[in-house]
Amino acid sequence: MAGNIKLEIVTPSKSVVDDDAQIIVAPGTLGEFGVMIGHTPFLSSLKVGAIRYKDKGGTERVIFVSGGFAEVLPDKVTILAESAERRKDISIERAKSAFERAKRRLENEDRDIDFERAKAALERALYRLRILESPQAM
Amino acid sequence: MATLKDVKNKIGAVKKTQQITKAMNMVAASKLRGAQTKMEGFRPYAEKFSEVLGSLSEKAGDEASPLLVPRESVKNVHVVLITSDRGLCGGFNINLTDKAKSFCNEQLTQDMDISFTNFGKKGRDWCRKKGFRRDDEYLGIVGANFDFSIASISGMKLIQGYMDGAYDEIYMIYSQFVSMARQTPVVKKLLPIPPIEKAETDNDPSAPYIAEHICEPSADALMNIMLPKSVHVQLYRALLETSTSEHAARMSAMNNATKACKDMIESLTLVYNKARQATITAELMDIVGGAEALKG
Repeated sequence: MAGNIKLEIVTPSKSVVDDDAQIIVAPGTLGEFGVMIGHTPFLSSLKVGAIRYKDKGGTERVIFVSGGFAEVLPDKVTILAESAERRKDISIERAKSAFERAKRRLENEDRDIDFERAKAALERALYRLRILESPQAM
Repeated sequence: MATLKDVKNKIGAVKKTQQITKAMNMVAASKLRGAQTKMEGFRPYAEKFSEVLGSLSEKAGDEASPLLVPRESVKNVHVVLITSDRGLCGGFNINLTDKAKSFCNEQLTQDMDISFTNFGKKGRDWCRKKGFRRDDEYLGIVGANFDFSIASISGMKLIQGYMDGAYDEIYMIYSQFVSMARQTPVVKKLLPIPPIEKAETDNDPSAPYIAEHICEPSADALMNIMLPKSVHVQLYRALLETSTSEHAARMSAMNNATKACKDMIESLTLVYNKARQATITAELMDIVGGAEALKG
């Protein structure tokens, strides 16, 4: 391996991650993709999901993103997301209550206006919970 | 002639006012710090975003999205007017509404229809008084603790209105935070999106990479996702700038008010002392007069 690639995850409120990584795996809209140093320049939109990367020391880290964009350059990956949280920053209560709320909204189907939003909220909550439940160490 | 007690009461009242303005000054100062931090936190995102959008627009066609294409005849103009909810911040809101007024006078011809989206009570009240059509209002946002979602929600509504043909052009009027002492009201076109600045390729060594991006999905598809987002980004920035401006304006207004209170207290104290001295002198005269009379 030629070395580490820089990973930066920024949201409108702050920069969540600024780290070196051996490998990064991100949920692209057309499928998950992995990036290592020397990757060809690449631009992709992201789905809701988890960004996983292995830091310098080889520890695997997981970050939740609520969709966005990834710009890949040979030496750097920048991820623009509307919200992103490290695994330890995810609030389990909030995710659970969001999950319940979205589920309830989807169950009474008569209001179809909110359908897309409720679906997106459900998806976000689900991914947050899934990240929390995954066995990887932080 | 004010009596001694009146002047004393007045001094007390001004002192109380001074306490209030001083407290408001300090509150505004701490809120300003918060708003500025938020603005700084947003900068990396905004910069990266426009960089990516710039390089993307090179690949995508100029008419990749309907949001980019100006309408041939403009009839319905929509203005997003961002002001504060509360007053006591000097000429801040007046400057913004004046800008809106001159915008209406200059830009609009007779047959155009104008409507507003209001952020902030002051702008809403102004529009209401002037009898403009108001399509939407968001209160309790500017100057408070808001996040990106409010920009997304309102941005989506605006884009929907544009796509449906309800609006042909959308402008926003907000306050730009230039410095602590200067906040300028500005008008900015939100939709159709003005031609995007292409990424500069001559002085940036990393630029050659940018031209060769692989895009997934296609460049046009990415463009179609990013353009609405860029509207949200602009709105969010305008909200941040206006919030910061509001706090800065309030801070300096309250600072001036505190100073004015201090001056007033000084001159009132002078009046008070004069009046007190006058009574003492009068009493002395009385005593002396009385003593003289007894002697005689």
